[in-house]
Amino acid sequence: MLVYEWLILKQEIFLSLLIVGILLLWLFRDLSNETWIRIMNIFLFVNILIGFTGFHYGKLFGDTFLSSPLILFEKVLLSFALWLISLFSYGWLRKMKNLPEFYLLLLTSLLGMYIMLSAGNLLLFYLGLEMSTLPLAGAANFEFNSKKSSESAMKLVLSSAFSSAILLMGISWLYGMMGSLDYAVISTQIGHSPLSILAFLLILSGFAFKISAVPFHLWTADVYQGAPVAVTAFLSVVSKSAVIMVMIPFLYQTFEEKIDVWYPALIMLALASVLVANLFAVQQLNLKRLLAFSSIAQVGFLLIGLSAHSQTGATSVLFFLIIYLFSNLAAFGVVSVLSSDYGKEDIQQLSGLYSTHPFLSWVLALSLFSLAGIPPTAGFFGKFFLLLSGANKGNYWVIAIAAINMVISLYYYLRVVKTIFMNHPVTHMENKPLAFPVKFALIICLLGILVVGFLGGFYEHIFQLLNGIN
Amino acid sequence: MNLLLLLIVPLIAAIGIMLSPRVSALRQISLAASLVQLVLVGWLLFQMLNTRSVSAQPLYFEQVYQWFPSWNIQFHIGVDGIAISMMILTALVVLAGVLVSWQESILPKEFFFLLMFLSLGAYGFFMARDIFTLFFFLELAVIPKFLLIGIWGSGQKEYSAMKLALMLMAGSALVFVGLTGIYLEAHSFDLFVLSATHFPVAFQYLFYPLLFIGFGIFAALFPFHTWVPDGHASAPTAASMFLAGISMKLGGYGCLRVASFLMPDAAIHYAPVIIVLSTCAILYGAFVTLLQSDLKYMNAYSSVSHCGFVMLGIGVFNTTSVYGAILQMISHGLMTALFFAAIGMIYYRTHTRKIDELGGLLAKLPFISTVFVIAGLCSLGLPGLSGFVAEMTVFVGSWEDKSLWVRSATVLSCASIVVTAVYILRATGKVIMGPIRETFVALSDAVWYEKMAAIFLLAGIFVMGIAPFLLQYIIGNEAATIVNRGAQVLINK
Repeated sequence: MLVYEWLILKQEIFLSLLIVGILLLWLFRDLSNETWIRIMNIFLFVNILIGFTGFHYGKLFGDTFLSSPLILFEKVLLSFALWLISLFSYGWLRKMKNLPEFYLLLLTSLLGMYIMLSAGNLLLFYLGLEMSTLPLAGAANFEFNSKKSSESAMKLVLSSAFSSAILLMGISWLYGMMGSLDYAVISTQIGHSPLSILAFLLILSGFAFKISAVPFHLWTADVYQGAPVAVTAFLSVVSKSAVIMVMIPFLYQTFEEKIDVWYPALIMLALASVLVANLFAVQQLNLKRLLAFSSIAQVGFLLIGLSAHSQTGATSVLFFLIIYLFSNLAAFGVVSVLSSDYGKEDIQQLSGLYSTHPFLSWVLALSLFSLAGIPPTAGFFGKFFLLLSGANKGNYWVIAIAAINMVISLYYYLRVVKTIFMNHPVTHMENKPLAFPVKFALIICLLGILVVGFLGGFYEHIFQLLNGIN
Repeated sequence: MNLLLLLIVPLIAAIGIMLSPRVSALRQISLAASLVQLVLVGWLLFQMLNTRSVSAQPLYFEQVYQWFPSWNIQFHIGVDGIAISMMILTALVVLAGVLVSWQESILPKEFFFLLMFLSLGAYGFFMARDIFTLFFFLELAVIPKFLLIGIWGSGQKEYSAMKLALMLMAGSALVFVGLTGIYLEAHSFDLFVLSATHFPVAFQYLFYPLLFIGFGIFAALFPFHTWVPDGHASAPTAASMFLAGISMKLGGYGCLRVASFLMPDAAIHYAPVIIVLSTCAILYGAFVTLLQSDLKYMNAYSSVSHCGFVMLGIGVFNTTSVYGAILQMISHGLMTALFFAAIGMIYYRTHTRKIDELGGLLAKLPFISTVFVIAGLCSLGLPGLSGFVAEMTVFVGSWEDKSLWVRSATVLSCASIVVTAVYILRATGKVIMGPIRETFVALSDAVWYEKMAAIFLLAGIFVMGIAPFLLQYIIGNEAATIVNRGAQVLINK
């Protein structure tokens, strides 16, 4: 085995070194929080750049670890999201004790996702999934003196343990049937026995838990509300995206035989998610809870696109994930500033925000428009293509229900916009200047929201990456 | 000429407005941008007429760019006579809107920014030759309207803004489902490709209502017109002008250009329903207007009635009636914008829009009163003004249909003109004539920017009223092209 073959592990190696480096540095040097954040932001950025250094194709460890331009691209996206989160959480992170722990936890989680994405074997996949979930429970409990934070960590641990158990059950049945957990073996030998269907359904439920699709969503709102904003953003954007990215080859290649099972299952999950989440979101008074339900609804739309079982469907899912990354991170970025600098998380408290904080208001409004799918924001293009590819089997009623839901969702997004722009301020909010990293992150998100949708070439690029997926 | 200029100019103006430091600067930028737009559209018209005399093309200034090749979506723009005439309307209304809002003092930067953004959406919509692009621009305008009404509006503005946004979004949701159907049938969004496709009749029967109602909500199709009165009445003057003058025309244009043009079988099949609904809108709108005591609500409900004529023309679907529908769109756009402008000027001075609280304004506000009267007369269809030309053409067109009940619908619609005359003349009598109230003695007449705004719109109304053959020359062929597809269907039967 040649050394350069190992280079497809470059991102994993870098992250592992980084994690060890943090531990050592923490041991020997007593750095201020500001310095830590600065160092980490630089390294997180380097982590993105490493994704662009070549060494795309390869297989290692008897085909259990795979790499391709697509996987590399997905890893870069996740790293990019983590970098943005680290940037916009500056105000909150600065005040934290044991700051390096936060980065340790999130980086370990990211490493787990890398492994999950590259896995060519269900066992390695499971390892990655657990590695990505468990540290998040620690991160969710990062505000030690807040009871809600502990509550959310507890709920996250319990529900993810439960879902992992279900997933593991399915995996072990599959192993019992076939004696192998390699994707290549599964895709050719799974057959149509009732046991295989049951095993597959268990695995799919495990996935549904992770992406919090209805009816596996009950943990989401509480966890999102209780956890610190940075962790919530990570949960709702990075974790979810990673699992959905895995689902693409999983459903389209490994379990392609089972399309007559997963297609109706996805449609049901999708419709339940958009409907239930939207109806709940209408009632929410807390911005974080609102975003939690809105993210469940977005997952519903993603599942509609995923059900298409076509290259354009997969492309639309990835394209939407990128747009969702920018939009949701922009929204959470604003929430992070509002919650750490002003202690405001309720929608009503944002009355008349525009008169004091025009920049934050525009960022929040545009990110909500993008989540609602309104032009000229990128969300319009994302939703359009998702639904268009979801319709390619001729099931117009699904599209009709989804379209109705876009109207419902517009209502609660506009309610926030209305509160910000049209209500009169209740209490006076002094205008504290935004820290540079926060502003920088928000501007990047804003550019992403406004520009990405128009980039047809970018869409084509993703389309090419997904060549052969179907 | 490059059509993209019409998108770039508003965009640059919008960015310039956001960056401009002083209020006076952003006014000048908006005025300059809207003047440039008017000149560009005029130049477009001139160039089109020049080339047209040589060869009759279906489309002018066409441009195609690859956008999403894997979906076969192009950014395809180009104009024909109908599109150009709608763009002239847009340019005039936007210019007048900027002038009317000259003294806007609450958040002027955002106000003019949104106004420019709206005009961008309207131009893009009319020049789009690809229904993906068209849909993009259709939805683009929803949020600026929501913000314009919610922030700068009056009365129960938040309710109206939300109602408008949700209803229009529901409209676009229907359109979206229709577009999905079209795409899966033809695998293209390009109007040119689609017009060569014949959709199966069963497919048309299913998807035509979706598209027609979807666009119809924008055009105040009865019974989906309920956002119109609230939205128009709550909006600030310039936004009312834009809403009634242009935004409702997006719907009519979409019904014609997408729904009826692409699915002629269904257009003929569903004609009875459309005719009944539009007759309802015409009569209902007219009678409800009678009951209004607020000038803005009066004009808003009369818009419902007048837009009913557009739908009637599209529903009857013969050359004359479609031509009349297009004329009515332009005429109503100019007339209602002028009316809203006049009401806005009156409201700015008297701080009331209640008909009963006004009176005798002619003595102190001669210019505004004259404008008010002309707009009113245009609304009731006085010969020599645009309203007469347009409504007459629609009537003649629908009378050409020989079936008894279409003719009865025509007669009923004609009767609405009498009702229109009643409410217009009554409002004019109360507001303009009579003894002046002592509270209004100190009022002063229109200033230069208000006069300019009115003059531009008046010019449009008079030109159209006195020389309708100009528009016939611009639009006639295109209206015939759209209808010919329907005629072909009838022949095949």
